[in-house]
Amino acid sequence: MSLQIRLHVNGNAVTADVSPDTLLVTFLREHQHLTGTHVGCDTASCGACTVLVDGIAVKSCNVLLAQVQGCQITTIEGITPADGSLHPMQAAFKACHGLQCGFCTPGMIMSAIDLVTHHEHASEAEIRAGLQGNLCRCTGYHNIVRAVMQAAPIMRGTQS
Amino acid sequence: MPTLSYHRPSSIAEVARLARDDPDAKLLAGGQSIIPSLKLGLLAPSALIDLGGLPELRGVRLEGRSLRIGAMTSHAEVANSPEVRKHVPALAHLAAGIGDRQVRNRGTIGGSLANSDPAADYPAAVLGLGAEIRTDRRAIPADSFFKGLFETALDPDEILTAVEFPLPERAAYVKFPQPASRFALVGVFVSLTGKSVRVAVTGAGPCAFRVAALEQALAKRFAPESLHDITMPADTLNADLHGSAEYRAHLIPVLTRRAVTQALA
Repeated sequence: MSLQIRLHVNGNAVTADVSPDTLLVTFLREHQHLTGTHVGCDTASCGACTVLVDGIAVKSCNVLLAQVQGCQITTIEGITPADGSLHPMQAAFKACHGLQCGFCTPGMIMSAIDLVTHHEHASEAEIRAGLQGNLCRCTGYHNIVRAVMQAAPIMRGTQS
Repeated sequence: MPTLSYHRPSSIAEVARLARDDPDAKLLAGGQSIIPSLKLGLLAPSALIDLGGLPELRGVRLEGRSLRIGAMTSHAEVANSPEVRKHVPALAHLAAGIGDRQVRNRGTIGGSLANSDPAADYPAAVLGLGAEIRTDRRAIPADSFFKGLFETALDPDEILTAVEFPLPERAAYVKFPQPASRFALVGVFVSLTGKSVRVAVTGAGPCAFRVAALEQALAKRFAPESLHDITMPADTLNADLHGSAEYRAHLIPVLTRRAVTQALA
């Protein structure tokens, strides 16, 4: 059985014929060659595969492509402005050194964007709790939290 | 993952027909438990019948003295619902503590209940509030819904459509989370409505259960001190690498006292 799926990936309309068991992450990485979305644990624990579906963070290793028929998917490749500059969350991760090996970073950034978008004035404790679904095995959590706190006012446009 | 068929019906009647015609098919809600189970080979259904195309299964509605939550309402939607936060804040708190944010964005109340994971949070609320499970063919009281490990009163082709929670006067949910998964090592939901007290426990047995001894003590006086002399037998409780049966037995009255304190706050 093959399914025809239509959806938008980073603003582009995409049509695909896939087997029903195709995971969203497999489609993004292997069919769309968007390898910024990482597969860490493949058990919905680590959050490295986090992408936005209609603006909401999900673990793409735990979602079938068929379930997001017609949706808007945003991956780490889709958040940078057209001029090639960094998204404020990326810039803050860079400025705060919110990464070590970098493997968890795309998922952390997508998760953090969702968190700040839906919870503009999150406290440090709320940011820590909000990032529970993303694991950093380098254990560099302090700088990640600092980066999110630095990016939040920039994202809500109160500080440039 | 085994190759399977996929259906996305646009009416409950069509879901019912597909489920009746294919006894090996499984209903797909948010997928946060079924997809990992498929990947691990723990399940091999012939087909998935996706309930994602049925907007009538989503949303929260206040109906008189009860709160009706559609089966496909996500944990995040329950946690953020103004109606739930106002009328049953303990339920919003419970939903906000399930898994992590990404899981709460996809996982649903109906999926959680139909799965009846022994360590899931929602079963404690359903039993602890005396809710009613609505399906495409009947209403099932919480007290006869949970049957055992991953086993419920639902027929194989029955569709869970909504849950109706009566509004309590006081309620609270306290869990001792397993730190990695945040599933409940033990979770206790208490509620007080009129003279009726309910104490429901998850994480400690094959499925969620009520504890008559704790309820009777609290019915005499709804206060944490009422529970000081009560101990739980460990012989039927779960034991695993995260905690022995004796440890879980110890946690039940401890967490119940904390829940009563919170409910009174």
